[in-house]
Amino acid sequence: MKDWRYWAAEQRGTLLALGIFVAMFILYTANHPAGLTANVVQTASNKGVLLAFVAMAQTLVVITAGIDLSVGMIFILTNCLASWLVVGTPMETAFGVAAVLMVGILCGAINGAIVIYGRLQPIVTTIATGAVYFGIALMLRPFPGGSVNEDLADALTGRLFGLVPASLVTLVAVVLVIWIPFRRSVTGRAAYAAGSSDVAAYMSGVPIRRAKFVAYTLGGLLASIGGLFLTFFTYTGEAALASGNAYTLFSIAAVVLGGVSLFGGKGSAIGAIFGAFAFRTIGDLLFVFDFDPLWQPLFQGVVLLVAVSIGAFALFRVKNRLEWFG
Amino acid sequence: MSDTTTARIAGRMPGFLRRADPAVATAFACIILLLVFGSLYSTSFLSPEYLLQQLKVASFLGVIASGMMLVILLGQIDLSVPWVVAVGAMMACAAAAHGTAGMVLAIPFGIACGVLIGLVNGIGVAYLRIPSMIITLATNAVAQGLMVVHTGGFSPQDSASAAMRWLATGFLLPGVPNAVVVWAIVGAAMVFVLTRTTFGRAVYAIGNRERAAYLSGVDTRRIVMIAFAVSGGLSAFGGVLLAGYASKAAQAMGDAYLLPAIAAVVLGGTSILGGRGSYLGTVAGVILITLLQSILSVMQMPEAGRQVIYGVVIIGMLLLYGRAPASR
Repeated sequence: MKDWRYWAAEQRGTLLALGIFVAMFILYTANHPAGLTANVVQTASNKGVLLAFVAMAQTLVVITAGIDLSVGMIFILTNCLASWLVVGTPMETAFGVAAVLMVGILCGAINGAIVIYGRLQPIVTTIATGAVYFGIALMLRPFPGGSVNEDLADALTGRLFGLVPASLVTLVAVVLVIWIPFRRSVTGRAAYAAGSSDVAAYMSGVPIRRAKFVAYTLGGLLASIGGLFLTFFTYTGEAALASGNAYTLFSIAAVVLGGVSLFGGKGSAIGAIFGAFAFRTIGDLLFVFDFDPLWQPLFQGVVLLVAVSIGAFALFRVKNRLEWFG
Repeated sequence: MSDTTTARIAGRMPGFLRRADPAVATAFACIILLLVFGSLYSTSFLSPEYLLQQLKVASFLGVIASGMMLVILLGQIDLSVPWVVAVGAMMACAAAAHGTAGMVLAIPFGIACGVLIGLVNGIGVAYLRIPSMIITLATNAVAQGLMVVHTGGFSPQDSASAAMRWLATGFLLPGVPNAVVVWAIVGAAMVFVLTRTTFGRAVYAIGNRERAAYLSGVDTRRIVMIAFAVSGGLSAFGGVLLAGYASKAAQAMGDAYLLPAIAAVVLGGTSILGGRGSYLGTVAGVILITLLQSILSVMQMPEAGRQVIYGVVIIGMLLLYGRAPASR
């Protein structure tokens, strides 16, 4: 009984995000003209998975009390790169996928190295590196275009056994291969420790530098997986500034909805995934209710504003006013 | 940040004439280097007409960076600049379409809209204690959404009022563009506020340690809120000037100003952690960024290359003198 309570308290944010998502998804499918068909689920999952990867990338960094404003740009850069490399024979395609993922890792590692060893602020650093990544993306694809291995793309964006969306299966696989081992490793625990109290973690001899570095690097990797998937969905590469900015913004919204604390040390990538799904579904609700799509950016902005303001309720529990100033 | 460093920083209050900041000196040295480099590339680079033109272009960024500097001095950041600039421009142009009264009120109305968004940011940061980066990103998204609804997603058709055009492109003093005069006035006001008023002292104090400022009896939350409102107003004013310059507003016209504004402030030696920096440095940073942009466009560097160079220059300069202290 007691174990169960601890578990529920620890996972409260994740469970809340799951609840919001399920409620929104029921509302969505109930009002969708086609109802709950495999097609509707596949489309929703494909859209949600893109944001879920970027949100996971953001989560890893946010857990260490940092922020990565370049995730959207890594996502765009790897999309452009994939539209050049992930083509041809299976061998060439495999090589291309590996190269794209390596570039993602490299981008994340550069962020991490500058923030940790260069001791610069994550915000400014990642805005600046984001500009660099976007510039490189624009060099790769001055105009939208390119192609991708369509067999692979169709396999990963289609359905398994005619029912389960393959993108969802990939997402679960990535969680199992990257997130779970990270969460359970010493490095993962150190990342949480660094996020909740840098000083205390440092004094206890926790390897916080390595933990943060790994968090930023894995963040780059996850963002590049998202970029690969974007290429699989669109079959092209496009260096769209607006899209990169939007994904960065939405990743923060998803992280907040998913119960990950922006002050670090709290939350999980699984929560962020549900947050991403919930955010996507909320955005799509407008369509099933026949609103003008013009209202969508405003609506998403308001959802984000409300989501970040909810965290302010913790202020009412503050007993000592000095805690306001952290 | 260690206590000794904080104490050392706190001892160095504004007053840029008292001691030349190495960062400001570096920035000015870079400006001279850029000018020399540019004059090697093209002989017209040092002509007064060209330099005045650069100063005019710089003044838009200068007005926007002034607001950004105020917020960065507090140790916060304002990422809502892109769409607040667009809101200022679009709202001023929209007001100008409403007869004579609209013409007269266009500029104040545009600025007022920016102040309003800034107030939302300020209330979020100061009273709700939401991290400034997050709340300003959110208000940026909301401002974008509002403008998309307002314009229908197309380029707005309203054009700037005559007053806006005069402010951005006219000549009140012979030979000196009005935009430069506007920037000079904004700059003089900033210097006065930062160095000669209790508000300015409080801004530096909060940037160094908000807790200590609060315990010394400063109403820190009100100061933070006002600073964000001023930043929003100045961003919108920058948008109004830009709309006057281009004689109409455009979607995403502010996107090109976020990174340069932050870069100008930071390259000018203002600490990104807050509490340290002088307006002279920001002036140097703005001119430096504008010259860099100008040289890159003279060299016909494509947008992609410019983005990369910006990013690298900012990181490089920050690594030179923007690092956080090592020990804890």
